[in-house]
Amino acid sequence: MSLIDQTATELLAALSSGRLSSVEVTGAFLDQIESHDSKVRAFLRVDAEAALARAEQIDRHRKNGKPLGRLGGLPVAVKDLLCTAGEPTTCASRILEDFRSPYDATVIARLKAADAVLIGRTNMDEFAMGGSCESSAFGPTHNPWDLGRIPGGSSGGAAACVAAGMAPLSVGTDTGGSIRCPAALCGVTGMKPTYGRVSRYGLVAFASSLDQIGPIARTAEDAALLLEVLAGHDPLDSTSIDLPVPRYSETIGQPLEGLRIGLVPEHFGEGLDAEVEAAVREAVRVYRSLGAAVSEVSMPHSKYAVATYYIIAPCEASSNLARYDGVHYGYRTDQIQMMAELEAQRKELQQAGDDAALEELDNALIRMYRRSRAEGFGPEVKRRIMLGTYALSAGYYEAYYKKALKVRRLIRQDFDRAFDGVDLILGPVCPTPAYKIGEKVDDPLSMYLFDLYTVSTNLAGIGGISIPCGISSDGLPIGLHLQAPTFEEERLLRGAHMFQKATDWHLSSSFAHISTVFEAVARRFCWSVQRAGLAVDPLGPTRGALSPPS
Amino acid sequence: MSEPYTIIIGLEVHVQLDTRSKMFCGCSTAFGAPPNTQTCPVCIGMPGALPVMNRRAFELALKTAVALNCEIPRFTKWDRKNYYYPDLPKGYQISQFDLPLSQDGYLPISDPKGRFEPKRIGIIRAHLEEDAGKSMHDEAAGVADSRIDLNRCGTPLLEIVSQPDMRSPAEAKAYLTELKLLLNYLGVSDCNMQEGSLRVDANINLHIDTPEGTVATPIVEVKNMNSFRAVERALECEVRRQYELWQQTGQKLGDVPKQTRGWDEASQTTRPQRSKEESSDYRYFPEPDLVPVTTTEEQVERIRRSLGELPAALRSRLQESYGITPYDADVLVNQGRNLVDYYIELAEGCGDGKLASNWVQQDVLRTLGEQQIEIAEFPAPATALARLLDMVRAGKITTSRGREVLAEMITSGKSAEEVIKDMGIEQVDDSALQDLCRELIEASPKVVAQVKQGRQKAVGALIGQAKKKNPNVNPARVREICLELIGNGH
Repeated sequence: MSLIDQTATELLAALSSGRLSSVEVTGAFLDQIESHDSKVRAFLRVDAEAALARAEQIDRHRKNGKPLGRLGGLPVAVKDLLCTAGEPTTCASRILEDFRSPYDATVIARLKAADAVLIGRTNMDEFAMGGSCESSAFGPTHNPWDLGRIPGGSSGGAAACVAAGMAPLSVGTDTGGSIRCPAALCGVTGMKPTYGRVSRYGLVAFASSLDQIGPIARTAEDAALLLEVLAGHDPLDSTSIDLPVPRYSETIGQPLEGLRIGLVPEHFGEGLDAEVEAAVREAVRVYRSLGAAVSEVSMPHSKYAVATYYIIAPCEASSNLARYDGVHYGYRTDQIQMMAELEAQRKELQQAGDDAALEELDNALIRMYRRSRAEGFGPEVKRRIMLGTYALSAGYYEAYYKKALKVRRLIRQDFDRAFDGVDLILGPVCPTPAYKIGEKVDDPLSMYLFDLYTVSTNLAGIGGISIPCGISSDGLPIGLHLQAPTFEEERLLRGAHMFQKATDWHLSSSFAHISTVFEAVARRFCWSVQRAGLAVDPLGPTRGALSPPS
Repeated sequence: MSEPYTIIIGLEVHVQLDTRSKMFCGCSTAFGAPPNTQTCPVCIGMPGALPVMNRRAFELALKTAVALNCEIPRFTKWDRKNYYYPDLPKGYQISQFDLPLSQDGYLPISDPKGRFEPKRIGIIRAHLEEDAGKSMHDEAAGVADSRIDLNRCGTPLLEIVSQPDMRSPAEAKAYLTELKLLLNYLGVSDCNMQEGSLRVDANINLHIDTPEGTVATPIVEVKNMNSFRAVERALECEVRRQYELWQQTGQKLGDVPKQTRGWDEASQTTRPQRSKEESSDYRYFPEPDLVPVTTTEEQVERIRRSLGELPAALRSRLQESYGITPYDADVLVNQGRNLVDYYIELAEGCGDGKLASNWVQQDVLRTLGEQQIEIAEFPAPATALARLLDMVRAGKITTSRGREVLAEMITSGKSAEEVIKDMGIEQVDDSALQDLCRELIEASPKVVAQVKQGRQKAVGALIGQAKKKNPNVNPARVREICLELIGNGH
């Protein structure tokens, strides 16, 4: 068995026993990245030398008998919106292309402390806004199962790299399905923990009340291992919950006795692909054969979930993204050109004697804001900023945001009632398998509807996991969605593991579908190009002056 | 009042709370550090950074709200106020919108000089928020260059919004003075206006009586006032301006958008500040990065008990216990708790509240002013001054000699007794004084003749001579004895 075919749990056992070194493991995944990622484009950045140096250091510590962290030398890929001190954190956006964070996100600090080897930064939809990874300013990630198709999003790179054997473990974020959707479309296991389970400190916010960090891996067992490292209270995040973190990896082998499964009839209606439905129903049959009781639970408000989500998330996003204004860091428009244009317009209006228009002319500051943001953000991000700004405006707040908050409470109540009678809610993750790249680019509404089954998990603040449960006639993976009450990650993982013990969908390999092309990795690392003189020194004081680029 | 209008004033006061660290991060709030050195990812709005509430700031805010007789709701939350400005790096300010931490309070004000009747100024709300940074616009030499200092960014501010209950600039000034005093007594802020720890915005308009009924002039917000005196002057100026403008144009409330004007100290006038074309829409919504705060009945009670004696109660106590006038009590209390403590010790020590009040107000306060020191640094302790006042009261030493003694006590730091000894001051025995007076009368027949003709003033010459011979004589006693002796035919 090739090294990259092994699960993280197997690799960790080999590392701990000394059968494998971290350098060997890291090297194997780096080789896979180098040989295949020019096709998949899961990564925005890979620093092979730094990863190997870190692996070597961990190997040395192990050899010297120094106690190692939980991940003792395992490579972990990180979605490019988790701040890492001194390194770029681009959020797949032009506006942060040259941004270097001055600090580590809490999960990055935890991964470092757990002796993970941070192997690279994965591609995503710009600011995590999207479900296909196509809105990345640096080009889409391709689904390893079919390079013409999307990997899902927004954590598309994070799921694709695990599916393609480029990393055993990967960290993503999920605001409305951004971990579970790509996990389903790429045939891997991905979990969105309960809101507050994992610290958001250093996660570049999209929608603060919905964002949550979670693990992506080959198996539920591997996800359990990674979640153990990520989860836990953080005094730097007021919304993180102070509850002890169970040892998920120790209890995962215990099947759920007397498991009661709920199915939401509303989730098996119009729009659901027949093959996806068949795979999910087959999965339910598997659970039944394992002793689970299955019943229907009603979620009367689930039909409002997408509408509610597309009010709340853009509202919060419009405020969260206000800081990218070209003043303190990030992309700023070419000021010399901007000032020249402003001067020319002013002169023209003066000559024409058009005082009214002259009065209306934006001053340099407003113009700088407008141009920097217009040039720095992509269309999907702009769309959501506009949606949110509109919905929060005076006179609309009550009709949109406030009403959406009320519906959000009703959705949560639906879940609370449902979980009175069942332990897990099962259903599809996405309505169809992966669609073709470009297929929905001009139809944002149909893209939003793709989140139909996942957004209510985030609105309710509960946990959900996506596990592979079938392969379509086109050879594309299908995901099964498990949802549990708040802080029942252990139940989700044990439930998922039960299924994975009984089936082998999660072991199906996408590798056969990737043609082997050897191409130098370094060629595509565009991130280091300095643009418009916007270098930010994260250690120096904030640059305050509105000075022209040097 | 003879003016045909009523003045309507409401004030918004921003107070910087006296915390060591900022509202939502651990950065220092110290004033005067080099630009952008007291910052961190949280207060400069780095991507991914999250706020964590400063408990101490919340407690200080609660304390103030309780002292302002506010209702404290059991539940309060944070909101984002969205607007773009270079000194606001997040693009929003964390503030409180519809559920502030306190509401519906009042602050009683009065004027010892009687310019207005004692009254309560209603407090609409007091809420917490974070401060923005500071922009410095340098437009010299044709290079429009703006610099931003984010040290202040995230400093805790308590915004106290009054009802439009003030009816004159004097009332507005009294409200501010009383509020500042209260904040000082509570120890929640240093209230330094120069350093921006206390900022005042005023809303003012007039209700003019006309034959057709009362007409309100457009409300104007006045900003940029750097002292309470400036607030009073700006409001006086605004009253005149609005009345004249109404006479000229007849503009009423609602005819024009609300105007913001800035006080110009140099010209002693208010000037319009550049108004933004569109009215600002702050798009408030609940701050998702912070959890709501709950306050219990017990917490509020504990705070109420910890407030200590506040200025209004202290004024009454001083009047009742030490027999001083409302005016004197006001002067003393307005100097702050430490001075009041000094006064109380002095009054208790010498047993005469009025005498103690006179000496504190004249001698002690003058010295504090001259030497620019606080009462804690005053060189003569209350016990020492009390012994001096004892002697003055007993007539053992004259008031003017007493002042000289105090001056020497302040310079040398010695006790009253030591100074008196050093200066050779002794009480002059009454029989010795009789002998001295007799001697002087015999040597000055002219004076005696004048006095006998009814010019009692002439005796002053004898007093002068007596003081020259012995500086310790009591002039009043000399005068008394001389007149008596002359009257008896000597």
